[in-house]
Amino acid sequence: MGVGIEVTNLNAWYGTNHTLQDINLNIPANHATALIGPSGCGKSTFVRCLNRMHETNPIARVTGLVRIGELDIYTDAKPVEIRRRVGMVFQRPNPFPTMSIYDNVAAGLKLNGYTSRRALDEIVERSLKDSALWDEVKDDLKKKSGASLSGGQQQRLCIARALAVDPEVLLMDEPASALDPVSTSKIEDLIFQLKSQYTIVIVTHNMQQAARVAEKTGFFLNGRMVEFDSTHKIFTNPSDKRTEDYITGRFG
Amino acid sequence: MTDGLATGLAVLATVLVVAPLVAIFVYLIYKGASSLSLAFFTQIPKPVGEEGGGMANAIAGSGILLGIGSLIGVPIGIGGGIFLAEFGRGGKLAHAVRFTADVLNGVPSIVMGIAVYSLIVVPQGHFSAFSGGVALGIMMIPTVTRTTEEMLLMVPHAVREAALALGVPNWRSVLSITVKTASPGIITGCMLAFARVAGETAPLIFTAFGNVTWSARLNEPIAALPLQIYIYATSPYDDWHRLAWAGALVLIVLIVLAVSLVRYVTSRGVLKGAS
Repeated sequence: MGVGIEVTNLNAWYGTNHTLQDINLNIPANHATALIGPSGCGKSTFVRCLNRMHETNPIARVTGLVRIGELDIYTDAKPVEIRRRVGMVFQRPNPFPTMSIYDNVAAGLKLNGYTSRRALDEIVERSLKDSALWDEVKDDLKKKSGASLSGGQQQRLCIARALAVDPEVLLMDEPASALDPVSTSKIEDLIFQLKSQYTIVIVTHNMQQAARVAEKTGFFLNGRMVEFDSTHKIFTNPSDKRTEDYITGRFG
Repeated sequence: MTDGLATGLAVLATVLVVAPLVAIFVYLIYKGASSLSLAFFTQIPKPVGEEGGGMANAIAGSGILLGIGSLIGVPIGIGGGIFLAEFGRGGKLAHAVRFTADVLNGVPSIVMGIAVYSLIVVPQGHFSAFSGGVALGIMMIPTVTRTTEEMLLMVPHAVREAALALGVPNWRSVLSITVKTASPGIITGCMLAFARVAGETAPLIFTAFGNVTWSARLNEPIAALPLQIYIYATSPYDDWHRLAWAGALVLIVLIVLAVSLVRYVTSRGVLKGAS
């Protein structure tokens, strides 16, 4: 089951560049929340702070409180533990190129020392079914490399890989921006199904996509969160002038 | 017109690259093949004046020396490359290691032989297979280190991020994901280093020394193909000259076989569409 995310006074830097300033928001459990905003507004940095990927960059720094469920992720646990509970899907599909489809999905478990073959088989099948890829790859699981799939299939493989470690939250950083329209709509259908089991945070450039998949939407601009509300309200009656300008296409 | 010219120049360059190798190989077959016989692979050198004899002990000796060299050069070289690309990146120590590797690569092989001679042979009081293997191993390190580093740096950042985002610890991600992804290139680097030192004579003169009889002991002088070829080729006997040609042919063929075997074995696990 998904859990809620509570962010209090989050600030983040790359070197001297203050990329996130005083972010406060509550992301509800088992819903899809979209983050929109122009390029460089900090939305990707924000999701990377939710699984502590931000700090993998040596010049990055972060302050503030992030609570995922009951866990204060910056003081209660190590980064590797957080990342197992908070899965991530990246903008460009990034399967492990030398691994089979099966091994790609099982990678998170195998590399953390999980060895039971029967359990792995079941988890791989379930994850690929959950990511709507099973029927397309079930005959080639161990024969084909993850890199041999099409772009859209690779992205669903990456989703399966993230789901296999049984996270509570799934972060998606523009998961469809490198894909064609048919693959994009498959990913969106998937987000719709997955939110019953996971809390989903999706960064997107595409406002129609936010409107289609998310119950809540946050608008980021210049490292600050301008507005956070129900998706319907953001797109029909935003309270902030800057949000209105952005969604009506006046800039960005 | 200009396209034709460029293509022509490229073809010419290709021919110039391939021609020496083909020429050497053809000449070796021409000079050496007739002296090849079963005895060459089963017998040890005969005393001066007796016809025939073979280089069985030198073939085995080269195998032992290269085995010791690889046991030293491959793990240290790969370890160094992993350090440079993954853990020491940008640091002062990495800079020093990289510089040292490049200098080591430029050290003449005869100097390497003398260095190992004074470090191992002199204190021990005798020439040995072990010291020869060490000399070859040290010569392999810089090539393996630098190719490993370059191959690791070619692994896309996205692949590393994918592993970290799954909650895989960094060291595990480096060993199981990054190194594995780069392994075809790393293996090529090891093969390159192996092939280079397989034909080295100079570092063995003061270390392995050579041996006209069978010896597989690591603390005794041992025969090696390049040494045997050198001794036979500089001798005044026609029979020995013919055996030297045959030895050179066998050396090249064995190197090609060893490299092909490793490539075949390591490519069997590669999947359809893997890049």
